[in-house]
Amino acid sequence: MTTVDRPPYRIVGTRPIRHDGIDKVTGRAKYANDVQIPGHLHARFLRSPHAHARILSIDTSRAEALPGVFAVVTGKDFPEVSAVLREQTEGAMANMGLLSRHIMARDKAWFRGHAVAAVAADSPHRAEEALKLIEVRYELLPPVLDALEAMKPDAPIVIDGLVTNTSRTTRAGGILGPGEDGPQSNVATTFVMELGDLANGFEEADIILERDYHTTAAHQGYIEPQAATAFWSTDHQLTIWTSTQGPFAVRDNTAAILKLSPGQVKVVPAEIGGGFGAKLNITIEPVAALLAMKCGRPVKLAVSRLEVFEAMGPASPAYVHLRMGITNEGRITAADTRLIFEAGAIPGSPVPGAANCMFSPYNIANGRIEGIDVVVNKPKTLSYRAPGAPSGAYAVEQMLDEFAAMLGKDPIELRLLNAAHEGDRRINGVACGSMGFQETLEAAAATDHYRSPIEGPWRGRGVAAGFWGNATGPASVIAGLLPDGRVSYIEGSVDIGGTRTTAAMMFAEAVGMPVTDVRPSVADTDSIGFTSNTGGSSVTFKQGWAAYEAAQDLKRQLIERAAKTWDVPVDRVRYEAGVCTNLDDEAKTLTTNQIAARMNGTGGPIIGHATVVPRGVAGGFAVHIADVEVDPATGKVTLTRYSCVQDVGTAIHPGYVEGQMQGGAAQGIGWAINEEYVYNAEGRMENSSFLDYRMPTALDLPPIETHLVEVPNPGHPFGVRGVGEAAFVPPLPAMANAVAHALGTRMYDLPMSPRRVLEALARQ
Amino acid sequence: MESFEYLAPRTLAEAFAALGNGKRSLMLAGGTDVIVQLRENRRSCDQLIDLKHIPELMAVDIRADGGLDIGAAVPLAELYGNRDIARRWPGLVDAASIIGGRAIQSRASFGGNLCNASPAADSSPSLMAHGAVLTIASAGGTRTVPVDEFFAGPGRSVLQPGEVLLRVSIPPQPARSAVFYHRFIPRNEMDIAVASAGVRLVLDESGDRIASARVALGAVAATPIMVPAAAEAVVGQAPVADTFAKAGEAASAAAQPITDMRGSAAQRKHLVSVLTVRAFEHALQRIREGR
Repeated sequence: MTTVDRPPYRIVGTRPIRHDGIDKVTGRAKYANDVQIPGHLHARFLRSPHAHARILSIDTSRAEALPGVFAVVTGKDFPEVSAVLREQTEGAMANMGLLSRHIMARDKAWFRGHAVAAVAADSPHRAEEALKLIEVRYELLPPVLDALEAMKPDAPIVIDGLVTNTSRTTRAGGILGPGEDGPQSNVATTFVMELGDLANGFEEADIILERDYHTTAAHQGYIEPQAATAFWSTDHQLTIWTSTQGPFAVRDNTAAILKLSPGQVKVVPAEIGGGFGAKLNITIEPVAALLAMKCGRPVKLAVSRLEVFEAMGPASPAYVHLRMGITNEGRITAADTRLIFEAGAIPGSPVPGAANCMFSPYNIANGRIEGIDVVVNKPKTLSYRAPGAPSGAYAVEQMLDEFAAMLGKDPIELRLLNAAHEGDRRINGVACGSMGFQETLEAAAATDHYRSPIEGPWRGRGVAAGFWGNATGPASVIAGLLPDGRVSYIEGSVDIGGTRTTAAMMFAEAVGMPVTDVRPSVADTDSIGFTSNTGGSSVTFKQGWAAYEAAQDLKRQLIERAAKTWDVPVDRVRYEAGVCTNLDDEAKTLTTNQIAARMNGTGGPIIGHATVVPRGVAGGFAVHIADVEVDPATGKVTLTRYSCVQDVGTAIHPGYVEGQMQGGAAQGIGWAINEEYVYNAEGRMENSSFLDYRMPTALDLPPIETHLVEVPNPGHPFGVRGVGEAAFVPPLPAMANAVAHALGTRMYDLPMSPRRVLEALARQ
Repeated sequence: MESFEYLAPRTLAEAFAALGNGKRSLMLAGGTDVIVQLRENRRSCDQLIDLKHIPELMAVDIRADGGLDIGAAVPLAELYGNRDIARRWPGLVDAASIIGGRAIQSRASFGGNLCNASPAADSSPSLMAHGAVLTIASAGGTRTVPVDEFFAGPGRSVLQPGEVLLRVSIPPQPARSAVFYHRFIPRNEMDIAVASAGVRLVLDESGDRIASARVALGAVAATPIMVPAAAEAVVGQAPVADTFAKAGEAASAAAQPITDMRGSAAQRKHLVSVLTVRAFEHALQRIREGR
């Protein structure tokens, strides 16, 4: 449904075949592990078998002596990059010193799977053989594997010298400087956000609920393990081919960690076999680079699935303590929460994501949010689709469901009653911008799904809402006119969701040319201007702006060329849908194809370009409806129907938008009912394969119904808002609410697996 | 993964010669377990002997006496893809059609699944319920072992060095009988049993009483187990819910499961009761429907 009239688009809103489709379905697309540089070596990691240990010594001499081994690196090959807290710039997402020590252990192994050495050899088997020849002496330390345990005063300290940082802007945390003294802690960061008068708010309430919720770690489920190939040329230029969501971040962070100048590093992004946030950070690239620098040969470093599970980091587990007050009429008067997020071995959990999103669908006058970032002996957690937000929504949306039941109100009606609107102030201080939450709730209430009865024993329906703020950032485009009138469209955003095609569609719409005549490609970091990460649901938004601006630039040049040809001022030329018309003599026209065919002789190549840092970003809202049936004898939850309703701004390519919504739902459903990281007491993950880490398969999901609510974003030339992440916020609470209604008892932690459902029934 | 030699003998004699050459050998009857184990350095060998080119191990024979001989390396898809087998031995298809997905089933075999000797293997309870007999060959001759007596522990069987599992034989099944096998998994495919149960139900001539039964359980002990007490609990009784419930209780009592990442001991003890009862109900339905 569309809520407002929109321009009569020719291309936006259609479903063209994606430009990269044929290469992908025929297996020709090149992924990072397909990169074959002549003469490249194969590298393997040696990883700590212990979750927490002091590294007393590493002897690599026997490995280095093995014929066929070309380079071995350990922590001492890395340059010293400061991890001191104050050296972080404001707003820094990562402490480079700590990140460097996470990529390769120095004096301590912080988690099982922490890299302690890497070998490059002439075959993968030789590299593995060499690993066995490396002798590492460890002094075992007690591991701490849970955030609440890590916060206790007598807990083992994970990072020597780590101090608690209470500034909201330097949230990455860091260690004491040389000669500085202070209390060490596993609590890296704490922050507080406040709005209104909390005590008053609770006084106005007729009902107050207070609950503890727990969400578990969840794997992003990307199919392609990390892989990178590096080459260090004799003129000291580093080239890295890798699977990443942020080639420019790989360039800049690798340069920072290896103390190179960014201009020495070129990153070539490959096609990407799934990221979901986990490929925003550098993980293996500096190691491949160091090995290549040490031996002067190209080095390919590809990790196994086991390494992905043990060392690459899932979404953060989270403890959410929540207290909310509501009136008998159903108006929320106060909300108070304490969020404890596990960061893994180094600071930087997405606790701010939870804080910024969890209450944002609602207008709450009095609120307080406390966020706490805690390190433990596990790999650094990585982003996973709307990082932080699902855990926050898991708490808030379940409590609203309890309120609705207590007040005898329909859960959508209760949400409508409290829905935030443009201009309302959120607890984090931000005023709501353009939003379509009310429209989304109304659309959800009107679905056939929601209006259908849910009957029978052990069946239940759950509803939940979710918000994601969406991001923006710099984006660059070069749109070169080809001699036949087609356009080579070169962009800096890695494409993980069909964004090559959506960018080409918006460009074609703005120029007035067929989308099939636009040939989009993603360039390396030397060949296009800086473009921020493919993350935060930012790409279609920022690349849409870039496409629009590049289209204006190209049209301006076409007009200039026609004006020059006819020797008239540019204001005497009209451009429309690929045709320039001489207003002084309307019989004279030049098509883009005609201009293109002669451009080298009429003034040279025509290349439109744009670099943008657009404002006007708008958040997205989603409402999901889940029907489940529980087998009380086995505890198995079967999903019988699922619907996603979402404010998608303008759906540039509706098929991709539906895919984002369905994918977000599927991933959230898996997290809700079966996925978990099972660690033993020593900190070893016991289910480190896709066999035992149970993501849903096609047979576990019903067709997921999608309802696109189009409330265009006025801050974008095509009304775009991000859609990829909002879709991942409601599934956890929607499933929790459905299971609670089916069971007649509520679970406050994940996963709602058969064993735990049986246990919940036994407690009842 | 360390490097190893790959051998593909064309005859049993060639296979025995290779097994006797003094090198550390592993056998491949599909490779869906052993290749993964080699790749993850959980096992190692000097030579991997592919049994899929030996005619005896790839043969399927529906015998004149009503029995069925299945070569140890016959792919599962070939079993459930055979209309006669699918019609006459649905209890085998129960197992053959759920081990991995279609690609796995085109390689994996009952023989490989048995020799891998996982306590959670899907083929074991089904074959045990059928009363299957295994023929084991070595350079010195052959011997037979009831499948119930084949397992020695997790990953271990009675197969001795130099021996090859040749075939799995299903004896003729009694009249008015049916086998049903199923497992519990949290997902709906591509998973390993948290617990499993295979039963054979045999009714007497009147069809109102249970003449005999066999109950086999998976993933609740160090090996798949037969539960005679569960069978005894139903013999002579009417095939009704109360009767099956007694078998379920006996199954639960016999189970000695562990707690691991796939399930807790208490969950597994509970599940085998549910699975045994439901397996009997499905087997009864098969008899009633004449399958």
